[in-house]
Amino acid sequence: MYTQGLNVTDTGKPAAEDPAKLARFQVKVDAEDKIEPNDWMPEAYRRTLVRQISQHAHSEIIGMQPEGNWITRAPSLRRKAGLLAKVQDEAGHGLYLYAAAETLGISREDMVEQLIAGKAKYSSIFNYPTLSWADIGAIGWLVDGAAIMNQIPLCRCSFGPYARAMIRICKEESFHQRQGYEIMVTLSTGTPQQKAMAQDALNRWWWPSLMMFGPSDKESLHTADTMQWKIKRFSNDDLRQKFIDATVPQGHHLGLTFPDPELKRDETTGHWHTGEIDWSEFKRVLAGDGPCNRQRMKAKTEAHEDGAWVREAALAHARKRAERAAAARMAAE
Amino acid sequence: MSEAPMPLWEVFIRNRSGMPHKHCGSVHAPDAAIALQAARDVYTRRGESVSVWVVPSSAITASDPADKDELFEPTGTKIYRHPTFYKVPDDVGHM
Ligand SMILES: [Fe+2]
Ligand SMILES: [Fe+2]
Repeated sequence: MYTQGLNVTDTGKPAAEDPAKLARFQVKVDAEDKIEPNDWMPEAYRRTLVRQISQHAHSEIIGMQPEGNWITRAPSLRRKAGLLAKVQDEAGHGLYLYAAAETLGISREDMVEQLIAGKAKYSSIFNYPTLSWADIGAIGWLVDGAAIMNQIPLCRCSFGPYARAMIRICKEESFHQRQGYEIMVTLSTGTPQQKAMAQDALNRWWWPSLMMFGPSDKESLHTADTMQWKIKRFSNDDLRQKFIDATVPQGHHLGLTFPDPELKRDETTGHWHTGEIDWSEFKRVLAGDGPCNRQRMKAKTEAHEDGAWVREAALAHARKRAERAAAARMAAE
Repeated sequence: MSEAPMPLWEVFIRNRSGMPHKHCGSVHAPDAAIALQAARDVYTRRGESVSVWVVPSSAITASDPADKDELFEPTGTKIYRHPTFYKVPDDVGHM
C-alpha cells in the first residue's frame, strides 16, 4: 500500500527480548489493548512501525505532486476547489503520520532526511505521471479507493498513535474517492472524446492501483509478525481482492472496461478474478526506476532546500523574541 | 547536514458540543503563534473546532506506565463510589 517497501530484512537483529516482558506485551495486544509510546514494546515492533508509519507519511507527502500538477489547470472553479482541498488533506495526512512516528523516538528531521537521501521508500503509485485531467478522476477513485481499503483496518492497529491518526485520515478519505469518481462519471457521460479520456486513465491506473497492496502473500516477508502484533489485520492479497470486488462494478457502472482480458467473475464465490500482476514492473518502480521517480525526488528536495531559510528565519525570530521578552522581564524586576 | 530541530507542540481542540478541549495531535513550530496557526491548518479543516490550545510538548508531565497499577488499580475495588452500589426500593422509581 503506502507502505509497500516493507519487504526488507532488518539489518542488525534486535537483541533477544526478555521473554516475560514479551509475553505480557502479547497478552496486551491479544486483548486489543492499545500499545502507547511509553509502554514497553519489543524492538522489532518499534522498528517495523517506524518503517511502516514513515513510509506511509512520505507517500502522503510525495502523493501531493501528481495531483498538484493539475490544480492550476482544473476545468472549473468547483473542480479546482475540490482538488486543492484534497491535496491539502494529503499534506495533513503526512503531518499526522510523521507525528505518530515521532512518538517512537525518531525525529521528523531524520525522516525527511532519509527520504531525501533516497534511503526511505514511498508508494510506487506516485511515480506514474498524470497526463490528462481524467487522471485526477482515476486517482481519486482508484488510488484513494485502494488507500481506504488498506487504511480502515489500520484504524484498529495495536499502536495507539498510529490508530488514532488513521481514524482522522479515514474520515477525510471518503471525500477524496467521491470527488474522483464524480469526475469519472462526468467524463464517462460526456462527449466521446471525454469518455475516451476516462477510459485511457483507467487503462493506465488500474494495474498500478492493484500493485499498491504490495507483494503477493507468497512473497511477503513480515506478514506473520505484523499480524501477530495486530499492526496488520488482513494480508496484501485479501485486501487487494476486496478492492477488486468493490471497484470492478463501479467501473462497469461508468460504462468503461478494465485493461485485463482475463478479468471475470467467479459465479460461485462472487469474486472477480484478474490476470497476473506484472511484478517486475512493481519491483522496478518501487526500487526507484518508475516513470517519475527522479522528478518526484527532485521536486521534494528542491521544496525542502528552498524552504530551509524560512525555517531558519522563523527559529531565529522566535529566539530573538524570547530573549527580548526575558530581558524586559528582568528590567521590570 | 542536520537541521536544527523545530520545537514540538501538543494540540488540543474544543468542538462546538461544549465538551472540554481534547488532545488531537501535535505540530512543529518555532513559537506559540506559528504553532497555533499550524494547528488550525492541520487539525481544523472541517469546522471541527471553536477553540485551539497549543502546549510545548516538553511542558507536559505524564504518569509512568510502569506505575499504572499503583496509581489506578486501587479504584477498581471501590465500587461504593458508584451509584449502582446502593439499593433503592423498586417502588421508589428512578433516582
Ligand atoms: Fe491521504
Ligand atoms: Fe486521499
